[in-house]
Amino acid sequence: MRLRRAVRPPAALTAALALTAGLLAGCGGDDGGPRVVNLYNAPQENIDAIVRRCNAQAGGRYRIALNTLPRGADDQREQLVRRLAAGDTGLDVLGLDVTWTAELAEAGWIREWIGADAARARQGTLPGPLETATWQDKLYAAPYNTNVQLLWYRSDLIPNPPTTWSGLMRESARLKRAGKPHYGQVPGAQYEGIVVWFNSLVASAGGSILSENGERVTLGPPAQTALRTMRAFARSAAADPSLSNTKEDEARLAVESGRGAYEINWPFVYASMAANRPELLRNFRWAPYPGIDGAGRAPLGGGNFAVSAYSKLPRQSFEAALCLRDPESQRIAATRDGLPPTIESVYRAEGMTQAYPMRDTILAALRTAAPRPKTPTYQNVSTVMAVALSPPAAIDPQGTLRTMREQIDDALQSKGVIP
Amino acid sequence: MTTATRAEPPADPGRRAQSEGKRSERNLGWWLCAPAALVMLLVTGWPIVYSVLLSLQRYDLRFPDRRGWVWLENYVTVLTSPFWWQAFGVTMVITVISVVLELVLGMAIALVMYRTLLGRGLMRTAVLVPYGIVTVAAAFGWRYAWTPGTGWLAGLLPAGDAPLTQQWPAIFIIILAEVWKTTPFMALLLMAGLALVPEDALKAAAMDGAGPWQRFRMITLPLMKPAILAALLFRTLDAFRIFDNIYILTNGAQGTSSVSVIAYHNLIGGLNLGIGSTMSVLIFVTVAVIAFVFVKGLGTSTPGQSGGRR
Repeated sequence: MRLRRAVRPPAALTAALALTAGLLAGCGGDDGGPRVVNLYNAPQENIDAIVRRCNAQAGGRYRIALNTLPRGADDQREQLVRRLAAGDTGLDVLGLDVTWTAELAEAGWIREWIGADAARARQGTLPGPLETATWQDKLYAAPYNTNVQLLWYRSDLIPNPPTTWSGLMRESARLKRAGKPHYGQVPGAQYEGIVVWFNSLVASAGGSILSENGERVTLGPPAQTALRTMRAFARSAAADPSLSNTKEDEARLAVESGRGAYEINWPFVYASMAANRPELLRNFRWAPYPGIDGAGRAPLGGGNFAVSAYSKLPRQSFEAALCLRDPESQRIAATRDGLPPTIESVYRAEGMTQAYPMRDTILAALRTAAPRPKTPTYQNVSTVMAVALSPPAAIDPQGTLRTMREQIDDALQSKGVIP
Repeated sequence: MTTATRAEPPADPGRRAQSEGKRSERNLGWWLCAPAALVMLLVTGWPIVYSVLLSLQRYDLRFPDRRGWVWLENYVTVLTSPFWWQAFGVTMVITVISVVLELVLGMAIALVMYRTLLGRGLMRTAVLVPYGIVTVAAAFGWRYAWTPGTGWLAGLLPAGDAPLTQQWPAIFIIILAEVWKTTPFMALLLMAGLALVPEDALKAAAMDGAGPWQRFRMITLPLMKPAILAALLFRTLDAFRIFDNIYILTNGAQGTSSVSVIAYHNLIGGLNLGIGSTMSVLIFVTVAVIAFVFVKGLGTSTPGQSGGRR
């Protein structure tokens, strides 16, 4: 109720603006119906329910048309940037991965969030996800969902979950001696996942890959510690022989099949375990992301809504984006599609206890989660890092660090070649 | 050309008048050609010049403010990049192997089609079917066939094998898809060449006691050489620019990028117009070199040139 009332004044204004704009342009609303706001979002099973709810709330000021992007993140980004580069006016609200903000903002393809819209996007939103929507202290998107990786383990094999990577390796060695499943599943294939792993290790060691403004390579001793840890893990009893081919889904399957004793993964594995191996669920527990010496900093994922710079309906688009990510929309996304909310209060909403038994651990992890490097060239930086880090068993802490530094430096100056 | 030189020597005035008439006719010809030539220049010449210009700049759509001339720096970057040379190597491997296989298979099919007595039309149509299928649709067919869980070909492999996720098996599948698709085209070109071989020559050779293999090697092949070289030239240039099959099958993952795929990734995915155009220019140059070697080195006849130098 409170929310509705807050919406009303700008809504009246937008309606008036839309009407004037339509009259001035002499085009648009050919059928006299509401103006169509085109939403481009990654596949999400129950987003229809959210869109329908927002359309009902819009009361004819706009109608959101849902357009589903391809499943792969790279394919999604490619379609968006290709159309934005061409100044396509058919895109209004864009569902962006957290790593694209800097790129699209720097290119001038998404609008800055200012004034009342920005205030509403910030209100009650967790600082970590909000930071992923920010580039150079300006807000460019409204956080929709977030995500953190956790340590998922079988308590029948590991009664006391270790808090560090060396602890995990010790547990694996112990299990191996006892002749029990001892593999630890981590994303080690040559793709974004291995970059996420490295980034969290560097952050856990107190460092970063890039400077805060994204202009310089930092790396240094924390990166060397991270590389040594990855190499040691890949050569320990914990490493599955298929480590260099493991992505999130292979990791999940390996633990579900009983091959792995634990995995580093996103919370979707819990629902999957419940569906596929209910008998294992009783012993399937979660713990914070492991660190180097102390607590680790978990990888941060998620998606945000931005408004295209070429949208002809910016007012309606901002309003639609705000509705699509308001507490009720986020509650629907969380309980029906398993997407962790970015608004803190939603974690206490109804239905969350059943859907998110691990929600306190997620909230705690979100406070210290490590965002990925912020740079407009993230795509290139990530690609060259994935190549340099693969396979993890072949990492040479000094040599790999040197190669990576050079290649990231090239990528930052748009001199990098991506494979 | 020849008519112009023949009209040159100044003789009696009657002839001169005729040559003047011819000259104005020729001028008119040029004027009539001009619009077409101009359009050709605009639609092919300008894009080429434009990409050369782009290749000399730092022009990254993500940093619109930092655009500037860097001259040959992009070329240094690309030519010292291991990714580029890997793509170049992969492209060469795919080109050479697939063109050789297509030539051998295409020749066999051409001979069969040429000698078919029954249902000739049906036979030729059937052979052309793979060439008629849209490459992307066919590539999806191959991709699903080789994907574990959905594909019949992957089902023939040991469990857990995903050939498209490994470099060499993936390259082999790309070559297979390419050969399957373009062999009919090769066969068609070669069949046109077979028509050049006079039946009498073959009969005379048979009279002299030459066996079928000898007739093929000593009579058919030499007489078909221009057609074979033209077919090879077309296919090599096409194969070197391979894009759609790779884009669908692996999208360049696991080191299976061809030069066109890597150029696309840098241009469209990377939004780096400078580096991407540099790659396009390098591909253009390589294609030109291949064509030059074929035409000058091996004496391939180019379209519009009758006979060719043998």
